[in-house]
Amino acid sequence: MKYLDEYRDPVLARRLLSELRATATRPWAIMEVCGGQTHTLVRQGIDELLPAGIRMIHGPGCPVCVTPLATIDAAVAIAARPDVIFTSYGDMLRVPGTAGDLLGVKARGGDVRVVYTPLDAVRIAREHPDRQVVFFAVGFETTAPANAMAVLHAAATGLRNFSVLVSHVLVPPAITAILDAPDNQVQAFLAAGHVCAVMGWTEYEPIARCYGVPVVVTGFEPLDLLEGIVMAVRQLEAGRAAVENQYARAVRRDGNTAAQQAVRRVFRVSERTWRGIGPIPASGLALTAEFAAFDAEARFPAGGTPAVEHPDCIAGRILRGIAVPTDCPAYGTRCTPLSPLGAPMVSTEGTCAAFHHAGRRKPPVEAR
Amino acid sequence: MSAVCLGVPGRIVALTGAPDLRMGTVDFDGVRRPVCLAYTPEAEVGDYVIVHVGFAISQVDEVEAARTLEVLRAIPDALAGELGPEFAQ
Repeated sequence: MKYLDEYRDPVLARRLLSELRATATRPWAIMEVCGGQTHTLVRQGIDELLPAGIRMIHGPGCPVCVTPLATIDAAVAIAARPDVIFTSYGDMLRVPGTAGDLLGVKARGGDVRVVYTPLDAVRIAREHPDRQVVFFAVGFETTAPANAMAVLHAAATGLRNFSVLVSHVLVPPAITAILDAPDNQVQAFLAAGHVCAVMGWTEYEPIARCYGVPVVVTGFEPLDLLEGIVMAVRQLEAGRAAVENQYARAVRRDGNTAAQQAVRRVFRVSERTWRGIGPIPASGLALTAEFAAFDAEARFPAGGTPAVEHPDCIAGRILRGIAVPTDCPAYGTRCTPLSPLGAPMVSTEGTCAAFHHAGRRKPPVEAR
Repeated sequence: MSAVCLGVPGRIVALTGAPDLRMGTVDFDGVRRPVCLAYTPEAEVGDYVIVHVGFAISQVDEVEAARTLEVLRAIPDALAGELGPEFAQ
């Protein structure tokens, strides 16, 4: 398939690896922010092919994983209402809340439907004027234009039985939060190519400048990731800290301005809690006053049971990049993709699930 | 494969004139899906777009795609030089 197969060429991958070996003279730690990139790195074993000392730290860029527990709990409560059809991307259904997940609601007879696009949720609302249709609007800047268009479209067509449960997160504030952490080890970032396809990369320029970290906007194919890593290491070795664009075929500096305008009309920047990390100022999106009528949280006020995380789960440390899944006592035993304790084991883009699907095991205990 | 994060490139095979929303049909290696083209107003039939949750978020720049590959192909294959042609495939 055009523009996909070419970027999986093993010969070119080997060339990039030898280029990397020739470039790197000392150890470096690079974070790939996006869960989609984590998935490719781990599934293809790219992280294990890198020269000794080049370490990939897996970032918090999995929207499923960072959706706060309280929001999952709200989704579960809303979906359980008899008057509601709850619509969601598939990978949110198995994220554990304090008391069960959306799949459990569905098993108990709740009308929970998986949609591929938010426009499907709008269509379902149009087809069921007697029911309330709620769409679980999660994601980074990449899904925000789609979710904004669903709201705009519902508003334009006068749909009164459609609302969105919004849990949007923004990448640059998360990068800043990671860099501000006292135990930060990240020396360079691969920025998520599709987030930048929407937003461009101007927001990353002050981060690169102020923190002195290279940022390379990177695509998702194996060759993209390898080239992104090479570009980051070249900058690190040269003592440079700039924003570079590896993913030139899909990303321009200013991003997609039409998409940005729609997002700005429907959403405003707000504080957002990240599961496993905590609240980060100005790191999320909430509906603007003009579209407040579409806010599912206002339409279906939640009963207040406090959200409680599973005590065995070390998702927070994994999402901050200071631990890997195999460090977790529950990994692969009490916590698996089939019965996840924490969100990173749910989505294929979660670091724990990526490790598990790739068959990564805990290092064997030394025999005494 | 998660719906939330990965965008995939596909080729626009038809514009389906929806009255209030720019929609089209996009071919992903044989699988065809309706895609909203509101955010890629310039993209026409035959163009490649990156599609994410049913929306085209970016048009693929074919010149850049080819240029990136040229750059990668220009990197010498050190391994083939050291180990002989059987490793160069």
